[in-house]
Amino acid sequence: MKFLVCISNVPDTTTKITFTPDNKEFNKAGVQFVINPWDEYALTRAIELKEAAGGTVTVLNVGEADTEPNIRKALAIGADDAIRVNAAPKDAFFVAEQIAAVAKEGAYDVILMGKESIDYNGFQVHGMVGEMLSIPTVAPAMKLDLSGNTATLEREIEGGKEIVTVNTPFVASCQQPMCEPRIPNMRGIMTARTKPLKVIEPVGEAPRTEVTEFMLPPKKQGVKLIPAETAGDLIKLLRNEAKVI
Amino acid sequence: MSVLVVVECADGEVKKSSLEVASYGAEVAAMLGTTATAIAVGEATEANLATLGEQGITKVLYDAEPRLKDFVNNAYTKLIATAAEQEQAKVIVLANSNIGAAVGSRLSVRLKASLATNVVELPKVNGDQFVVRRGAFSGKAFSDVVLSGDRKIIAVKKNSTEAKHEAGKSAEVTSFSAQLADADFADAPTQVVMQEQTGGVLLPEAELVVSGGRGMKGPENWSLIEDLAKALGAATACSKPVSDVDWRPHHEHVGQTGITVSPNLYIACGISGAIQHLAGVNSSKVIVVINKDPEAPFFKAADYGIVGDVFDVLPKLTAAVKELG
Ligand SMILES: Cc1cc2nc3c(=O)[nH]c(=O)nc-3n(C[C@H](O)[C@H](O)[C@H](O)COP(=O)(O)OP(=O)(O)OC[C@H]3O[C@@H](n4cnc5c(N)ncnc54)[C@H](O)[C@@H]3O)c2cc1C
Repeated sequence: MKFLVCISNVPDTTTKITFTPDNKEFNKAGVQFVINPWDEYALTRAIELKEAAGGTVTVLNVGEADTEPNIRKALAIGADDAIRVNAAPKDAFFVAEQIAAVAKEGAYDVILMGKESIDYNGFQVHGMVGEMLSIPTVAPAMKLDLSGNTATLEREIEGGKEIVTVNTPFVASCQQPMCEPRIPNMRGIMTARTKPLKVIEPVGEAPRTEVTEFMLPPKKQGVKLIPAETAGDLIKLLRNEAKVI
Repeated sequence: MSVLVVVECADGEVKKSSLEVASYGAEVAAMLGTTATAIAVGEATEANLATLGEQGITKVLYDAEPRLKDFVNNAYTKLIATAAEQEQAKVIVLANSNIGAAVGSRLSVRLKASLATNVVELPKVNGDQFVVRRGAFSGKAFSDVVLSGDRKIIAVKKNSTEAKHEAGKSAEVTSFSAQLADADFADAPTQVVMQEQTGGVLLPEAELVVSGGRGMKGPENWSLIEDLAKALGAATACSKPVSDVDWRPHHEHVGQTGITVSPNLYIACGISGAIQHLAGVNSSKVIVVINKDPEAPFFKAADYGIVGDVFDVLPKLTAAVKELG
C-alpha cells in the first residue's frame, strides 16, 4: 500500500496574527512554523496502517525551502520519504493540482491530509484532488481502517457520522479522534536526516483566487463585570441590553 | 444566467444554515439582476421547500431519488453540477458545512469555478469580479479574496449572515432528475449514526452556546451546563482538554483544532481562554465568561463577565432564565 500524506506548514497555534504593512501578506517575522495540527492525524494514521499491513508513507508539501524543517520532522515521526513541490502555496486549487500530479505519477493508493489548514482554513484541497483524479473523497474522516484494498471510514456530518466504505485509490481528510498524533523520538530524528527528500517544480494553471487584503477582527469594547452574588442580573442584561436572548 | 443555491434538508426541514444561504443567494442574484434557484438535497418535503420563497428563492429543484436522503459525495456533486448546467448558474452558493465543503470543492474542479469557503459577508461585485470576505487563521483574522473567472462558488459560514423572512412568498417546486446511476452511489454510506444533541440544538448551527472547560471539574457536573443550555434553548460545547479526556464527545470541542462557532451568545464556564480556544469562538456576537480567576485571559475577549465559582453561578443563571419565562 502506497500512502501519500500531504502536510502544510502553518504558524504555531499560539501565534498572534499580524500582517505586512500593506496588509497583503501574513507577517512571518519571529513566527514559529509547525506541521498543520490536522495533518498530524493523517501522518500518524498512515504510519500506523503501514506498520500494521506494510507499505510506504511519502510526505508531500507544496512550499518553499523554509518548510524543510517540518518535512524532516514528518520523516522523523516515521514517513519513509518526502517530496517538496518548490512553490509558495498560492491557493487551494494550485496546491490541489500539485498533489494530484504527484499522486498520479507515483500511483499512490491512499492520499491523506488534514481536514483543513489552520491558516487558510480552505477545507477544499481534498475534494479538488479527488475530483482531479476521479476518485472518491471522504471528508472529514474521524476513523480510517484498511482491510486489503477496502477502507472503512467514519465521516463526520453535522449532528452525527456516516460509515463509508471505499476501495483504493481514495482521498481522505483527517481529524480527531482518528489517532493519537505521534511526536518524533531520538532514533527517528537521526534516521530522518538521511531519508530521501526530493524537490520538484510546480505544474498547472494560474490560481483562481487572490487575497487582496487581510484584516483583524474588531476589538472588544471591554468586559462588563457582574458581581457573583447578583449573577441573575446578567440574564436581564442579555435580554434587555445585548438583546441576544 | 442565474444564481444556484444548494439547500440542505434533514427530516423534511430546511436546515437553518441553508435558510441563511438561500437569503444570501437571493441577494447576490438581485445584485446581478437575475433570480435565484435552489437545488435541494437530503430529505425534504415539497411544502417546506416552497417556503424558500420567503428567503427570496423563485424556483426549487428537487430530485426525489430516495438514495439522496443521506449524503453521498459523488451523487450530490453530479446532481448539483447538472442543475448548475441546466440553470446556467454563474454563481453557486452553499453552506460552509461538512457537506457544502465536500461537494463545493469537487464542483469547483468539475465546473472550472473559483471557490471561496468560510465566507462571512455578501460579495462586492464589480463586473466579472467578485470580492468576498472570508475567515482565515482559524478565526484570528479575515481576508478579502478576489474570485476570478466565469463561474464562482461561495460557501457561507454559518450564523454569519442573516436569513430573511418575507412572509407569504412561496417558491415553485419542480421535480428534477440528474439521471443518477448506481455508480454514482458507490461511496454511499453503509450506516448513518446521529448523536443526541442537548435540547435538540445542533452546535454548528446554534445561536446560543453554553460551553464548559476544565473548571467544571468532571463530567458528573455537566448537568449544570445542560440545565442552563436547556433553559436557554442553547447547544452545549466544551474546551479541548475536556473532550480529550472524554468528559464530553469530540464533536463538542470548539477552538482552533475543533469547530469554530459564531453564535449570538457564547457562555464560557470554567474555561481559561487560551488563544487556541478563543480562535474558535471569537466571532461570537456576545461572549460571557464565568471564571473564578479574575486574571483569566478570557475576560479580555468577553463582553460580560462574572468572577465567581461556576458551581455557585450557573444555578443562579438557570433560575434567572426560568424566571424570564
Ligand atoms: C496545537 C494545539 C491546539 C489546541 N487547540 C485547542 C482547541 O481547539 N480548543 C481548545 O479549547 N483548546 C485547544 N488547545 C488547548 C489550549 O491551549 C488550552 O490548554 C485549553 O483551551 C484549556 O482548556 P480549559 O480552559 O478548559 O482548561 P484550563 O486552562 O485548565 O482552565 C480552566 C479554567 O477554569 C477556571 N476554574 C477552575 N475552577 C473553577 C470554578 N470552580 N469556577 C470557575 N472557574 C473555575 C480556572 O480559573 C481556569 O481559568 C490547543 C493546544 C494546542 C497546543
